[in-house]
Amino acid sequence: MRRVYGLALMLVFVGGCGKKAPTAEKVEPKAFGAALVEISGDKQLAVTGAPVDQPLVVQVNDAQNAPVAGALVSFHVSGGATVEPAVGLTGSDGQLSVSVALGGVAGRYQIVATTRDKTGNAIELRSEEIALGYQQNLGRQLNDRYCSRCHDSESTAERVSNHDNLKAPPHAFTDGSFLNNMSDTELANIITHGGPAYNKSAEMPPYGGTLRKSEIDALIAFIRAVADPPYRTKGLVYAKN
Amino acid sequence: MGKGKIGQLWQFLFGDSARAFGTLSVALVLLLAVVPVKHHFREWAQYQSRYLRLIRQRGDAATLQRRFQSGLQQTWLPEIGVVDRCTTCHVAMKEASLADVSTQPFRPHPPIPHSLTEFGCVMCHRGQGAATNVEEAHSSTKAWEQPILPARYIESACGQCHQNALTGTPQLNAGRKLLARYGCVGCHTLKTPEGVQVAPTDEPPPLTHIAEKTTREWMYAWLKNPQAYSVSATMPDFKLSDGDARDIATFLIEQSTPSGATLAKAPAAGEAQEGASVYGEAFCASCHAVQNAAGMMVGGDIGPDLTRVGSKLRAEWLDGWLRNPKGYAAHTAMPRYRFTDKQLGLLEGFLMEKTDSDLLANVHLDAATKEQAAHGRMLVNERGCASCHEISGVNRPDNFAPDLTLVGSRSLAKLVFAPGAAHTLPDYLAAKIRQPRAFGNQLKMPQYSFASAQVYELVTALLAQTERAQTLPTELRQPAQTVSNYQPAGKAGKLIDDMQCFSCHAINGRGGDMAPDLTWEGSAVDRQWLVSFLKNPNTLRPALIRRMPKFNLTDAETTTLADYILTAYQTPAFDADSMDAKNFTPQDREHGKQLFYSRYACQACHIVDPQNDKGYIGPTLTHVGARLTPAWIFHYLKNPQAMRPGTIEPNQHLSDEDARGLTAFLVAQKEAKK
Repeated sequence: MRRVYGLALMLVFVGGCGKKAPTAEKVEPKAFGAALVEISGDKQLAVTGAPVDQPLVVQVNDAQNAPVAGALVSFHVSGGATVEPAVGLTGSDGQLSVSVALGGVAGRYQIVATTRDKTGNAIELRSEEIALGYQQNLGRQLNDRYCSRCHDSESTAERVSNHDNLKAPPHAFTDGSFLNNMSDTELANIITHGGPAYNKSAEMPPYGGTLRKSEIDALIAFIRAVADPPYRTKGLVYAKN
Repeated sequence: MGKGKIGQLWQFLFGDSARAFGTLSVALVLLLAVVPVKHHFREWAQYQSRYLRLIRQRGDAATLQRRFQSGLQQTWLPEIGVVDRCTTCHVAMKEASLADVSTQPFRPHPPIPHSLTEFGCVMCHRGQGAATNVEEAHSSTKAWEQPILPARYIESACGQCHQNALTGTPQLNAGRKLLARYGCVGCHTLKTPEGVQVAPTDEPPPLTHIAEKTTREWMYAWLKNPQAYSVSATMPDFKLSDGDARDIATFLIEQSTPSGATLAKAPAAGEAQEGASVYGEAFCASCHAVQNAAGMMVGGDIGPDLTRVGSKLRAEWLDGWLRNPKGYAAHTAMPRYRFTDKQLGLLEGFLMEKTDSDLLANVHLDAATKEQAAHGRMLVNERGCASCHEISGVNRPDNFAPDLTLVGSRSLAKLVFAPGAAHTLPDYLAAKIRQPRAFGNQLKMPQYSFASAQVYELVTALLAQTERAQTLPTELRQPAQTVSNYQPAGKAGKLIDDMQCFSCHAINGRGGDMAPDLTWEGSAVDRQWLVSFLKNPNTLRPALIRRMPKFNLTDAETTTLADYILTAYQTPAFDADSMDAKNFTPQDREHGKQLFYSRYACQACHIVDPQNDKGYIGPTLTHVGARLTPAWIFHYLKNPQAMRPGTIEPNQHLSDEDARGLTAFLVAQKEAKK
């Protein structure tokens, strides 16, 4: 009898241990700032489950906007995404650089960086990284091939943008304030039949004879994924992680 | 002490027949209750009732409820070996209306090109399909080693059936390219499901005449750290000791035999500036890169980086090489330019100036000895140098490194993990590629300098090499496009070989994709234009860095090549002479102009009038009437992809009338407008 109790106790003990999170080294702040700003690495694209290319860099400033070294910044992200390191001190330039890996589901991952001021009040900074699923990633490839030369106004040495050569400047796919107001059907129409189908410039040619319907759907999924402000489907959201 | 108590209990339970009957009845009822209780607490049943509670409040609850099937669900696909019970918990896989639900296991499957019922789940996601609890289905257990595949490697699943490159799988495509490009398949066996060994796509230089090309000192420095000479070097770091690197260099110099090429130093001529302009005019940068002051590589990656080439080459070798590359290396991708002696002098002077004094400053080798060479030969055999390079007296080793054909299904029990590493196959592969020597100092695999994203790409490509891929039914297999071994004949064929046209252009399924496909070029171009273009290739796309080089062909060579292109590369779709520009009226041209500028806004991408048009996505059309035949323009406009597969020019489904009008307008563009 006693042996059984002992075994049960041991099981509970082992089980309890297994669930305990590994205790990370506690980092103590050496200084406190008054503001937290993002330097770079916001709104990057990556496929689901993958790390984003560039690190996310944040900076802690004091009330005079001078960088603060040794301030403690902690990061929080949900949905299976990870930030490495999740807690750290800013360097001599007041900056902390972390790498972000996205979760397995397509969508936006909000990363909340937090630091505390002298009085212990939390200062928060929200950044966002975008995970692309199969369809959005296919759209991204098609965008690189067919669309970005005109719709993206940024030029690189290898790829000169045609954006500024057009009479009617095309909308960037990130331009959510405009594109979010168009329905999927409207977007599909303008891609399939060209600008004139939507009373827009003929400089936007029809791609219905070149791209398959599934490819046009993929492009729309990509446009929705990168929209800023974010595109939200109409209707209520019933469940959240 | 216990005896009395147990006696009392016995009395209490079985003291008389009524008590015994009652006790047994209670025990029986409890026993019978085990089944329904166990059923109630089964994980999947819990999920199913949670799902029903979730959909109850939704607008389309009735539809969702009707479609919901309770109980164990199973997809059984015997021909591909799939037994999946995943949909028992993942109940809403096909419910698109639940797209906003982010709670697992109720999220619908995101759109993919395949039917879920036709392929099941484990085919792509791995895991134990037949399991009915969360732990067993998703994790690695003793009975089932393959856990759910992390999302970042999911494209590997596509690679099991698709050996061809798909637009939707950039990571897999890139990984496969890297496997072929970085010598992996030189040492490792890696077969497609068709049983074909993957062919390397790089050109490791033969070392049979290496002493003519460079010095023992340079070879030593290179072997010690190839990336110190060129950041883009293909050759990995073999982590050789100083002595080993010296001995290999000694042996390689010793085994070198004369190539038979004439070695002479071209007379130095002119200023460095003139040399640079020969380099520019020949468009060496289309294939070779040079690191600029900011550390950026400028130029193509078909040939080696030339930043420090002056520290490597012997000037006499460079002269012979530029005159006739195939005289030194029969399979090189380097074209044979027809440089004049003066141009050669200038170019050689320019290239030999590209030195790095730090590279060989600290290299002081002992005099070569027989012992060094013998030890070097042993090392060359041991390290498998001949897997990639041709070396006199050393045979290419067979099965030098582990076979990777089934690496994506490799059993975890057979792997030796580095201390502290996560025990999963993708993590093992990534660690092995990142730092092979962390698994043991004696291992032969060299150290590559892949970026983190490239490691993921390589792991994705390797994970596609599964047992399932090898045993798929034939109708599911999508073999890679067969590489054509098309070889043009005669004198023109020799010229096409000489100039390495296939490095950039594809013809009849063979060749690169950097420049236009020439399969039907004969139907497309005007003879006069072709002849002048071959003599002096001016660019059609001003925005491009990489351009057609000027090969300095003789008149006779140009004629041979032009004749061949115009006769051999004709499309069967139409007759190039079927449309005569003389039949177009001024009205046709005017109508075409309207269509060009208003209806189709072609000026968004093309320039006809350099004063007003700005688009430069497509080629400049200022001289298009002198370049292309009317029939080609007409048929190309009607269906661009049918004439040049893969072109981004959209097919606008033009009517014959509109296509004819545009053709009339375009053929009239023969000279640049002032």
